Amino acid sequence: MRFRAKIVDLACLNHFSRVIITIAKLAKICTLRLTVSKLYFILSDKVANGGVSMWCELCQGNFFDEFQMEGVAAEHNEIYLELVPENLSRALKTAQNAKAVKIKLTNKHCPCLRVAVELPSLSSSSRMVTHDIPVGVIPRRLWNDFREPSVPDFDVSIYLPVLKTMKSVVERMKNLSNSIVIEANSSGEMNLKIETDLVSVTTHFKDLGNPPWASEDGCQSSAQSRDLESMAEARIDIKKLQQLLGGQQVNPTKALCNIVSKRIVHFILLHEDVSLQYFIPALA
Amino acid sequence: MPLTAQPPASGEPYVLAASLDNARHLSSILRAVHFQDHATCFATASGLRVTVEDAKCIQANAFIQAEIFQEFAVQEESVTFRINLSVLLDCLTIFGSSSLPGTSTALRMCYRGYSYPLMLFLEEGGVVTVCKINTQEPDELLDFDFCSTKVVNKVILQSEGLREAFAELDMTSDVLQITMSPNKPYFRLSTFGNAGSAHLDYPRDSDLMEAFHCNQTQTNRYKISLLKPSTKALALSCKVSIRTDAQGFLSLQYMIRNEDGQICFVEYYCCPDEDVTEAEL
Repeated sequence: MRFRAKIVDLACLNHFSRVIITIAKLAKICTLRLTVSKLYFILSDKVANGGVSMWCELCQGNFFDEFQMEGVAAEHNEIYLELVPENLSRALKTAQNAKAVKIKLTNKHCPCLRVAVELPSLSSSSRMVTHDIPVGVIPRRLWNDFREPSVPDFDVSIYLPVLKTMKSVVERMKNLSNSIVIEANSSGEMNLKIETDLVSVTTHFKDLGNPPWASEDGCQSSAQSRDLESMAEARIDIKKLQQLLGGQQVNPTKALCNIVSKRIVHFILLHEDVSLQYFIPALA
Repeated sequence: MPLTAQPPASGEPYVLAASLDNARHLSSILRAVHFQDHATCFATASGLRVTVEDAKCIQANAFIQAEIFQEFAVQEESVTFRINLSVLLDCLTIFGSSSLPGTSTALRMCYRGYSYPLMLFLEEGGVVTVCKINTQEPDELLDFDFCSTKVVNKVILQSEGLREAFAELDMTSDVLQITMSPNKPYFRLSTFGNAGSAHLDYPRDSDLMEAFHCNQTQTNRYKISLLKPSTKALALSCKVSIRTDAQGFLSLQYMIRNEDGQICFVEYYCCPDEDVTEAEL
């Protein structure tokens, strides 16, 4: 098992750092899956997470100038590591003006990701700052726990409103209630609602648009056959929604959610180089 | 749908109906008196007064005159209700509290009367938020009976001179002592904290002193924890008038100019700290 990678381009480095900051806001511990072409940050829906799950995918070529990976075995050319993304985020904070950042999997006393940051200095030799981030190696037999989640059979799929507005509204609603209802229909309308003994607040978004999902076998999907105006809704933990919205460092090129009434809300945020899927289950 | 985004046409039984193009004109003033969760709202044809009290010794009033609103209609002589001010502020700032130039939240506020909730309709950039906030029986409010004929000492200061002083008040001191006198030190703020006592003097001929009418030397102490929230009003204001009466009751009146240059007032009334007075005897 070997892994070494290097980022030299400052823009790529900053972009990578922002992705890690976002991941760190969404998961205390997660799984990093390395393949020849991609990196994945995965959180599977254990009860300990409150049922949320996350799947974040990056093409290594868009971030790293050098990337060498040798998996556990030839026919399973992948590496699965358990790590605390906040540790990686903190290490990358020191790299804001770095000349280069190298990441390497080491096993001196225990498995670690060694992040070596080369910083500019006034003298001819650079300053090096090295962080050793402890990781857990996930054995092959557990890899099935971390499979890509499938798109649920949703009732409504809708583009999200301007994230900045949605974030402000959810932040305020979080002061007023622990849970929030997201409802949307296939006519591009979405409502965010909270209701308590003290107050009820509903924010109405219109003209959001509904993404066109090609149905796989040509027959009507449940989304298409449903009446355009009728709302699908789910009540979810407002903190989890705020964590998702709060972690967004850059405006995604596409942001949408799929709602399975009373079951789950599936968020998809697409940036040029990164795709993030986040599942928040409905509250009982 | 039982609750429409558009309120009924005029003639419908709203005892209070108001419209405001920029909800910040209301939310920023209300923040200046937000030191307790609950507030009493009092509306008359002249405008809206929002009162917050604590410990039966401090009262803050925010006045937003009818002219600030684009529409302000009160169907009865006066309309009074108690409301959760934290919730009201969260609703008024639902689209965020940062003041980006060019964007503002439009507000419509409607109240049907006793036992009905306060309805807020807020709109920004085509997005509409509807809030329904429960109201309660209004509390009995303190009457400080502070009128201009009973004023013993009065100064008017430019707020910028006091802002730093108030922001840096030694909070380890139990009290803020205010000395006003026709003689030196004229106007003095004092604290007595763990590190020692601190005195800040403003001479009567200071540039910051807009008016000075002190007839008698008075030294009064007020619980610093009660006065600290007034810093919010001070931060927003351009001028503050500080007055005391014969009993040592304090009136702080803040003149606040909003984004459009319109003027609103916030006043704080505070009782002198009786514990200290007794200890001194």
